[in-house]
Amino acid sequence: MGRPLIHRSPMPGLGLSMGITITMLSLVVLLPIGALLWKGASFGLGNIWETVNRPRVWAALYLSFRLSLLAALFNLVFGVVLAWVLARYRFAGRRILDATVDLPFALPTAVAGIALAALYAPNGAFGSLAKELGFTIAYTQWGIFIALIFVGLPFVTRTVQPVVEEIEREVEEVSATLGASRLYTIMRVIMPMLTPAALTGFALALARAVGEYGSVIFIAGNIPLRTEIAPLLIVIQLEEFNYDAASAIGIAMLLISFAMLLAINLIQVWSRRRIGYV
Amino acid sequence: MSDTPLAPLQFRSAIAEPRAARWALIGIVVLGLGVLLFAPLIAVFAEALTRGWAAALASLGNRDARAAIKLTLTIAAISVPLNAAFGIAAAWFITKFDFRGKAFLITLIDLPFSVSPVVAGLCIVLMFGANSALGGWLVASGYPVVFALPGIVLATVFVTFPFVARELIPVMVEQGRAEEEAALTLGASGARTFLTVTLPNIRWALLYGVLLCNARAMGEFGAVAVVSGKIRGQTASIPITIEMLYNEYLSVAAFSLAALLAMLGLITLLLKTILELRHADQIAATYHH
Repeated sequence: MGRPLIHRSPMPGLGLSMGITITMLSLVVLLPIGALLWKGASFGLGNIWETVNRPRVWAALYLSFRLSLLAALFNLVFGVVLAWVLARYRFAGRRILDATVDLPFALPTAVAGIALAALYAPNGAFGSLAKELGFTIAYTQWGIFIALIFVGLPFVTRTVQPVVEEIEREVEEVSATLGASRLYTIMRVIMPMLTPAALTGFALALARAVGEYGSVIFIAGNIPLRTEIAPLLIVIQLEEFNYDAASAIGIAMLLISFAMLLAINLIQVWSRRRIGYV
Repeated sequence: MSDTPLAPLQFRSAIAEPRAARWALIGIVVLGLGVLLFAPLIAVFAEALTRGWAAALASLGNRDARAAIKLTLTIAAISVPLNAAFGIAAAWFITKFDFRGKAFLITLIDLPFSVSPVVAGLCIVLMFGANSALGGWLVASGYPVVFALPGIVLATVFVTFPFVARELIPVMVEQGRAEEEAALTLGASGARTFLTVTLPNIRWALLYGVLLCNARAMGEFGAVAVVSGKIRGQTASIPITIEMLYNEYLSVAAFSLAALLAMLGLITLLLKTILELRHADQIAATYHH
């Protein structure tokens, strides 16, 4: 308790940098989020529960969460393989692939949304192929799943790749010298080293997918109870100027986000204790 | 590297996967990225050009499209410098001083990454919309925020909030305070120390953050969709206009604007890759959003 709030320092600019930081953080992020929580508080916990506790809202929240989880799981597996291939193997076109991994960060979500819808619609390139095989992808939950894979693709790769690059090859040599097969070395020596980073990437991809709107709505079909995601439900309520209901669903989603943020931080603390770096 | 076949004599390395497994993994990755990333990218340009170059270019020249392009450039021109200024100030505050609650402050700065853009827009509507006390007063005074440019800028700054700070903080932590302390000891003013010592050290990381921030600012859809009111020619940015055109089945027009944004994304990726190759040591090796 005897520790001062701010240590004395010869560095200039304390007032200016602290002032800008606190002012902008409050004005842009904290006060608006506070406004949402305030709205929720004045609407009342009972009313929030009543709004959220309707089949259509539950269906949307369940759909958003379930498909986000599945997409993040896909990205967890694919992302680790991708990070491994990009970090370890040398082949023609590797640099181009490496740069393209970040495409979902650089391509606006609305653009990705209409592109995916065009590809997977029944008359699109992949959609017509699926149709011949008896599948429909666009305007079903499969379409949402694919869009969520798209937006979450880079997270696991980008958290795991630097860790793969830092693994000391001696560790693998030791394992091989002691008689472990390559598969055994990968599963028992390398994978445990990648786990914390992979989980961080997984949580980031999941958080992103739950809140995703732009890339999903074009391919989703947006049928209530079946292909309607939670963020869309907020937009629909807002378009009907039903601010109370929009806030209630918004608070539910905000709580989910906070829980996931907490989980990410816990994973990082845990892994720092366990292996010393993230 | 054990993978480069230098010697004519081939032997199996104990710390590399068998050749077949390697090629299988490379095949999976190439196929996966081809279907998941390259195909949508190609689809944007293919759809834009279904009726030829002339039709695509003509749809970019119409009045609504021009207004959308102008609005998007305006949004980026205001929100990116705002975020750059915030990022520099926050990184300076966090890395040059020791205070309690630093980790919590960083968590708060990162908060917008875990909030859905739609919820971000909702928050701004609740705070500045005509129904709130503050918003009602602002509208009465003739400065509406929601359904106007200020609200769109606020929403954009919200969703891009951590971009620059996130890039600068790790780099400035790594560089420490010794160089600034030396400059101050030699009698340089605070401003001079920042401009001649700190800024050259962080310029590539700053550029990197600004690049990513700009790409997101120009392409933001969810948050802007909520606060903009989607007034054609006035508050419809490029992504919002793409949605309206697409819903009106004006496919070529929608995809032409989408191709414009896709080009911006590709240029961003290219510049980002060049920065990573040339100045890897001066850019934080963290994951990027």
